[in-house]
Amino acid sequence: MDWIDLGLIALRVLVVFGMLQVVTILLVWFERKIVADMQNRIGPDRAGPWGILQTLADGVKLLFKEQVTPRKVELGLYLAAPVLAVVPAFLMFMVIPFGRPVRINLAGEDRLIPLQGADLNVGLLYVLAMSSIAVYAVVLAGWSSGSKYPLLGGVRATAQAISYEAAMGLSLVPVILFTGSVRLSEIVAYQSGSLTFLGRSFDFLPAWNLFILAPSFLIFFIAAVAETNRAPFDLVEAEQEIVGGFHTEYSGLRFALFFLAEYINIFTMSALAVTLFLGGWSGPTWDDSLPLLVSAVLPTVWFLAKVTLFLFLYVWLRATLPRLRYDQLMNLGWKRLIPASLGWLFLIGGALAVRQFGLPWG
Amino acid sequence: MGPVEAFVKGMAVTARQFFATITGKGLVTTSYPQEMRQKPQRFHGRHVLNRYEDGMEKCIGCELCAGACPARCIYVRGADNPPDDPVSPGERFGFVYEINMLRCIFCGLCVEACPTEAITHTQLFEMSTTNRSDAIYTKEELLVDPDGTPNHMFDSDRFANFEELAHADGWMRATAPQGRAAYQGQVAWSGSAGVGVRPPEAGQSEEDPPTDETGAED
Repeated sequence: MDWIDLGLIALRVLVVFGMLQVVTILLVWFERKIVADMQNRIGPDRAGPWGILQTLADGVKLLFKEQVTPRKVELGLYLAAPVLAVVPAFLMFMVIPFGRPVRINLAGEDRLIPLQGADLNVGLLYVLAMSSIAVYAVVLAGWSSGSKYPLLGGVRATAQAISYEAAMGLSLVPVILFTGSVRLSEIVAYQSGSLTFLGRSFDFLPAWNLFILAPSFLIFFIAAVAETNRAPFDLVEAEQEIVGGFHTEYSGLRFALFFLAEYINIFTMSALAVTLFLGGWSGPTWDDSLPLLVSAVLPTVWFLAKVTLFLFLYVWLRATLPRLRYDQLMNLGWKRLIPASLGWLFLIGGALAVRQFGLPWG
Repeated sequence: MGPVEAFVKGMAVTARQFFATITGKGLVTTSYPQEMRQKPQRFHGRHVLNRYEDGMEKCIGCELCAGACPARCIYVRGADNPPDDPVSPGERFGFVYEINMLRCIFCGLCVEACPTEAITHTQLFEMSTTNRSDAIYTKEELLVDPDGTPNHMFDSDRFANFEELAHADGWMRATAPQGRAAYQGQVAWSGSAGVGVRPPEAGQSEEDPPTDETGAED
């Protein structure tokens, strides 16, 4: 550990930080464009080519807007909530590997630079912890606003987060059992190569967890949509019922921070789904035939392409599905997803035990 | 229908519309103001005061439009034509003519009431102002130029379709008192400055043959 190492760490963190903001700007535009297409509209097309700078313009507008502070707010928490929303959002992505580790010779020493903020040994647990912290922001924002609609939104957020976090955590246990690690870089490494299942090899399929753990994936994705408070699970900010929900009393930059956090969370959850089930950055790189720089960038391109697929799915769901009623939300969470993930976990655990120790009566 | 089937069906609907739009078939909106939609021929847009082909004003200051107006948004004051330099071919002309576009409901009763086809609709519709007094159109703003071009165009009106504007008073052919539904091939109205006598609209006489009561002005 020397100064170059420290500098590299700082650089990686800055790259992730910058990337998430650029991604947010593009994602909001992407969503508006896709939804417009699905509704036979043109969508934003004024700012920049194809309206790609629309979000930037909106951001600048929010930056210069007055930040109204209502009289009845609990000031400290009211000011802390937006920050509390945006910080875990940034932190959550820090452990997700977005490219193949790069080997560079710096100052006479070969260094292996992992393309992720930090390669934590408890990566997956850390992600779950951070996504739980993010719920505090919504709850505190709702409570500290001193107004009934934000409070209702905050209460809904609490119940929803508790219900779906359980399903989400349970759906991830099979992945951990299967790969034997919670370190995200190892989970990605486990999924490289082609699939072998029950002693048979399927050369045409990559070794993605998706093919073996499809029920886990389905439960994870539904829970992830609920965790990010996106349609059809956006009861937290249901416009038709409770105005803006938890961010009703926020305006200007404070509102922009909530907005930023929401879209970063969507991106992170998509990236997490890709990392856990679709092999992360793994993909063909043709190291021998392509120039070094191209084959070094290619894994990141694969990663972003897979994530874009999920982002499209997020937007597609939003453009299609009406919002769930509250009891439907709770029913789906407690009566469907949690039993399903428990049963699946039992099955996988049994299968793995049989593989390791043989049949109990054998 | 089970929930999964309903879900798949719904997702298919949005996917189908998505592909229809990106291939350009399903798009229903246009990039206004670069592209303007084709407006209906009898669109009730902003009014103009027309002129005869020789440049004389058609308005005779009779105030029938003001009397017909249900919103009371038209103010007319007539005056005697100066004998040596007449403004209109009749005895009197519209000395003051104002329409308050904030009150106007674009019902077209003034157009129907006008005995000389002086006031007609156009297809202009961009009338937003930043000032309430700007919404009161004076005679100078309403009167068409001697070449038949509507006056007082806004900046964005550069996108207006002058082909459409040239047929601005087509609407009144069937609805004005001297007009009739069966006018095909029979021009029974006076020409406007710069545009002349409009070609007759086609295709109505078959369904609605002329009767004696309505064909009086031939």
